[in-house]
Amino acid sequence: MISAPDVVAFTREEELEDDLYREPPLPEEYSVPLFPFAGQGANPWAKVAGSKFTRDFILISEFSEQVGPQPLLTIPDDAKVSGTFDLNYFSLRIMSVDYQASFVGHPPGSAYPKLNFVEDSKVVLGDSKEGAFAYVHHLTLYDLEARGFVRPFCMAYISADEHKIMQQFQELSTEFSKASECLKTGNRKAFANELEKKLKDLDYTRTVLHNETEQQKKANDKGYYTTQAIEKANELASVEKSIIEHQDLLRQIRSYPYRKLKDSEFHPYEPESALDRAEVGSDQDPAASDPAEPGETHLYTHVPSYTPKLIKAKSAKCFDKKLKTLEELCDVYFFTQTLDQLHHIERTFRGDVCYLLTEQISRALLKQQSVTNFLFEDVSFLDEKPPEKQYRGCQGLGQDAIDEKCSEESLAPKVVISLGSYKSSVECVPIKMEQEMEDSEEPKLSESVMSEHQENLDYLDADIKGSISSGESIEVLGTEKSGSGLTKSESQASLPVMASPQAGRSKVGSRRTVSEDSIEVLSTCPSESLIPEDFKASYPSAINEEPYVDDDEGGLRFAPRANPGVHDGQDDISKQESLVQVDAACCIGKESPNFLEPLPELGQKPCEEDGVVRIPPQPYHRPAEQGLRGGFPSHEGLSGGLLPYEPDSRYLSGSREVSKSSLDECSDSTSYISSAASTCSDRTPSPARLACAAGERHRKRAGQNALRFIRQYPFAHPAIYSLLSGRTLVVLGEDEAMVKKLVTALSIFVPNCGAYAKPVKHWVTSALHLVDFQKWKLIGLQRAVSPAGVNVLHALSRYSRYLSILDADSKTLRCPLYKGTVVARLADHRTQIKRGSTYYMHVQSILTQLCSKAFLFTFCHHLHLPISEREPEESVVNRRMNFLKLQLGLANEDVKIVQYLAELLKLHYIQEPGQGGNPLLRFDYVPSFLYKI
Amino acid sequence: MLRWLIGGGREPQGLAEKSSVQTIGEEQVQNPYTELLVLKGHQDIVRFLVQIDDCRFASAGDDGIIFLWNAQTGEKLYELHGHTHKITAIAPFSSSDVTEEKTDLIITASADRTVIVWDCTSARQVQKVSCFHSTVKCLTVLQRLNVCLSGGSDLCVWTRNLDLLCKTSHLTDAGINALVELPKNCVAAAVGKELIIFRLSASNNESEGWNILEVKRLVDHQDNISSLVSVNDLTFVTGSHIGELIVWDAIDWRKQASECNFWDSSVHPDVQPEIKLSQSPHETSVQHLTSDEECVFAAVGKGIYVYNLQMKRVIACQRTAHDSSVLHIEKLPNRQLISCSEDGSVRIWELREKQQLPAEPVPTGFFNMWGFGRANKQANQAAKKMQENTPVYFLELVGDLIGHSSAVQMFLYFGELGLATCSADHLIILWKDGERESSLRSLTLFKKLAQNGDLQLRL
Repeated sequence: MISAPDVVAFTREEELEDDLYREPPLPEEYSVPLFPFAGQGANPWAKVAGSKFTRDFILISEFSEQVGPQPLLTIPDDAKVSGTFDLNYFSLRIMSVDYQASFVGHPPGSAYPKLNFVEDSKVVLGDSKEGAFAYVHHLTLYDLEARGFVRPFCMAYISADEHKIMQQFQELSTEFSKASECLKTGNRKAFANELEKKLKDLDYTRTVLHNETEQQKKANDKGYYTTQAIEKANELASVEKSIIEHQDLLRQIRSYPYRKLKDSEFHPYEPESALDRAEVGSDQDPAASDPAEPGETHLYTHVPSYTPKLIKAKSAKCFDKKLKTLEELCDVYFFTQTLDQLHHIERTFRGDVCYLLTEQISRALLKQQSVTNFLFEDVSFLDEKPPEKQYRGCQGLGQDAIDEKCSEESLAPKVVISLGSYKSSVECVPIKMEQEMEDSEEPKLSESVMSEHQENLDYLDADIKGSISSGESIEVLGTEKSGSGLTKSESQASLPVMASPQAGRSKVGSRRTVSEDSIEVLSTCPSESLIPEDFKASYPSAINEEPYVDDDEGGLRFAPRANPGVHDGQDDISKQESLVQVDAACCIGKESPNFLEPLPELGQKPCEEDGVVRIPPQPYHRPAEQGLRGGFPSHEGLSGGLLPYEPDSRYLSGSREVSKSSLDECSDSTSYISSAASTCSDRTPSPARLACAAGERHRKRAGQNALRFIRQYPFAHPAIYSLLSGRTLVVLGEDEAMVKKLVTALSIFVPNCGAYAKPVKHWVTSALHLVDFQKWKLIGLQRAVSPAGVNVLHALSRYSRYLSILDADSKTLRCPLYKGTVVARLADHRTQIKRGSTYYMHVQSILTQLCSKAFLFTFCHHLHLPISEREPEESVVNRRMNFLKLQLGLANEDVKIVQYLAELLKLHYIQEPGQGGNPLLRFDYVPSFLYKI
Repeated sequence: MLRWLIGGGREPQGLAEKSSVQTIGEEQVQNPYTELLVLKGHQDIVRFLVQIDDCRFASAGDDGIIFLWNAQTGEKLYELHGHTHKITAIAPFSSSDVTEEKTDLIITASADRTVIVWDCTSARQVQKVSCFHSTVKCLTVLQRLNVCLSGGSDLCVWTRNLDLLCKTSHLTDAGINALVELPKNCVAAAVGKELIIFRLSASNNESEGWNILEVKRLVDHQDNISSLVSVNDLTFVTGSHIGELIVWDAIDWRKQASECNFWDSSVHPDVQPEIKLSQSPHETSVQHLTSDEECVFAAVGKGIYVYNLQMKRVIACQRTAHDSSVLHIEKLPNRQLISCSEDGSVRIWELREKQQLPAEPVPTGFFNMWGFGRANKQANQAAKKMQENTPVYFLELVGDLIGHSSAVQMFLYFGELGLATCSADHLIILWKDGERESSLRSLTLFKKLAQNGDLQLRL
């Protein structure tokens, strides 16, 4: 029996330490480590005390000019989720920390109202009373009727787990930025529409007024103006002024630079007909829903030819008017898109933070294993994103903080590739470019950059901590956004200096460096010619913002390559070239040399240290480490993102003050941060698409079935061996459901042949042919009594040498003998694992081990090719077998598993991307045995 | 046969022992072919495979399409369309001109009564001729003379570009079954039961012209001649439908040896008194002949026979080598023999010397499966006498290739590149040595690595 103190010892709680001193202490390796994120004695398994809601949710609220902060909707849209949590109260809190600096209305010195294209701000705040922590994303939408034309909104991800918010900050920020961008895009479009209609109204009104005045003039030849006439004239004047104002607004909103969202699943600008219809619908909606709205202009019906309305002279701001709903503000299509995105966010981030982190890390790592990951990984997830390249780009980015070499690497084109798909790449890349310019000019400087960065980091840290220590119930834990007017102009001023040595193209890029807010530069520009043709009224419904992007990107792509050549010698050029070359390769470029180098002593050198097990993504393992120390790791990643921007400060001047402000500035342009810092995080985590969720369920079921299979069939081992060694396994049975179940169970052991679907066929009723064995490695086959069924059996016996046959009806298995050890670990029928998903993970881990062995085996040059030309083939074969048996520790048939996997790896690597390649069928002439229960 | 499937629990080879056909089971240590590629393309029976060069071959069949394949990768190189009916003959014709660069041509004849010359490098149709009165059943290329012969109801001589040089008069309605080149500008044509020798000679009046003359008719066969093969410059061999085998002198066309006598005075040396009284002629027909310098290998019915030219007797045989008729056999350089059959299998045999069991009777009889009678005893004794001074051979099954689901029509041995088999199931299968392929892939892999620059160590 285990005594009570023993049990306690396993958890190593501090309070009981004294008592334990008397006992011989438990060896370190047997004790369960403390939950790494458990700060102040928090129980990791209990719900955070005091939280009034059951699970994470997303809240959208608005700071209404009429009623103040109010919650609009929650996702998931379920009252149970928020529970007793006071949404109104919380809305108030989150809306009160909006750091967006929004100049609206008439700025001093400007004749017309000016739209300010404010960046979103991202804030983390906690409410310890409520036990709620939130990532809050503020954004403003334009509304012609609203005060200053803006309506402040915010989206908040609310969780009881503070660490989750902190650690997933980058991911949350990226995802929410997408949602926000979608909303804003729709809003700009709707706003432009609205303006156009209003302009038509005004125009119409002016004509009417004008006519009236003329009539009055004609009718009245008394020589003096009646009060009526004067009123009319004033009215006319005000309408004319209003027209000019609105035209100006329209011009501003249309000149908003288009930032292309290359994201494949995110098409806010899709010019679909469906979209148009939706839009029409949305425009009609307000008219239909509130026809009683007092004589304001916006009561219109949007028909292809809009009939203008007469506008009353004074459009008094009345508080009883109904404000547009969010849906109306953003156009139905974009609104639903946003909701989808938010639902996706909710799905992605639900659950325990540990789980999220592990998932992200393993995904990130897996993505890197581009050579082997196709074997056993979910195809859907591999396809999900344009793969490794991006990731590697990110890696470069992350690393460039660390050493100069890496930073030089990072400027390689792959960065551009990786950024290409970020919406905010525009802001980021030029910065990279500058950095690189720096590097090439004075490579030695990077140390100083480092230290400087460190300082900034400290500064940032201090800032954060300071705000934490304030005893208020709402703590702003971190913010990215701050007022930006001043710094912006400063950095703008500094820009010409930076850009001057560069070609014109890169200048374009660097101007955009300033920040997103460079829109202002464009929008205040008085010359009409700046506005592209498309933006003019000829195209009424959509804002066409596209044309900029491609050019810019071209410029950016061009810049990084050209620069080092200009500033540095041949050395850099060659370096560049080699990098470019390498980039084209898979990530093996990083790893294989390490294996190839130590070949003579095969695996004796410590190649592992930066080989396969290289731990790559900065933001991933760093947070974890940081978390152990109780810091705020996500800011680590964040500041890492600031890094590339660093050199900027030196251009401004050496002084601390300025560098601070530059820091401020860069921290304000959130999207920049999200692109730079989260370059690493962005692509990789964004997991849990719908497919993945389905995959999860499938995995669970498959794992459960597999577990049952292992327990039920004593001959599970040879069956699994067949699958792993590439011998097609046919599951024969009368009952379709049973066969399919077995096939599902066994499918988790089937290695993929390429990046396509698993070679698994769940149910076949006709006779099999050789071609089927090439294609499928696991087949469910119907046993029928009909003559056709006899044919089926004949085919089976004819091709029996290529097959293992599991008879589900009589519970027999006919397949080659297996005497290895790997499968025994994989499928232990006495396993304590109870849950399907757990077992699935167990299987994955062992399969991953196998994969790495296969990888080693495949890419060791001298195992396959002679060292010298005269070396006989036999010695190579001997070496190969020795490696497999001694170095990789494979016994008997396990060798064949690894050989088969290696063969798949070879084929996958050799295969040209374009062609599918002929499917091979490899087989052995080995006798089969019949197993029975 | 399917007892193990139903739950019998016995090894299939155990079951197979009872059938007369020798089986080898699943453990085939000597079988090198552990990898296969299925080449799909044909829509009907594939009947012919011809080698074009070291790594290319062509396939043709009843769908009238000719495919060119890469024997190493299995890649489909070209698809040649031109014939409207099934293809009846195909022959490679690589130019031997030193002046020209080497062009690989293939000539195909079809049941649509056309003959087409194709260029294998450009996949172009070089020339098409359609002036035939009957289907051309065989094509032979005389490399030495740079001409091509087509055999249908008459025999025509063509240049490389299918210009008719000369032709014989109408010979027979049945047409020429087989053609073989003999020394001194002669060809032997098998026409029904007759073997006709033609001589090609430069014509008298024109320098460019050729004449073809019938020189001799040999009427020794009792039945239609089904196969014809040239052994060396001095001998050629014919085999007939009822199992006669005649060895001819290639110079003076005299019969050197004949095995047809065995037929009547058939002795059955086999100890097992397995009586097969009703043997159809089909099962004794000589389907295919092949030879090396010493021996002639004959596919007769379901069996394979090895006839030694010097000893003038059958030195080894496998009476039921397959479940069904053997369609094609070929001798490999390493004393191995490959046969394919209508039963859909390909078998690899090895000719071995029998060392022990001197008492065991040796099969000396030839094509004598359906009779056994009085002469049995004497023959046995004769055999015993013989084996005292001559080595005794037997054919051992070293492996079989099962992949086709229907009759394997033909195969092509590509040395270490592997073996291509074509079949009535519309498929061509490339059988390869798995080990070799694996190391080749490794080679490619490391080449590609080097190409991508991944071999450099990056710090």
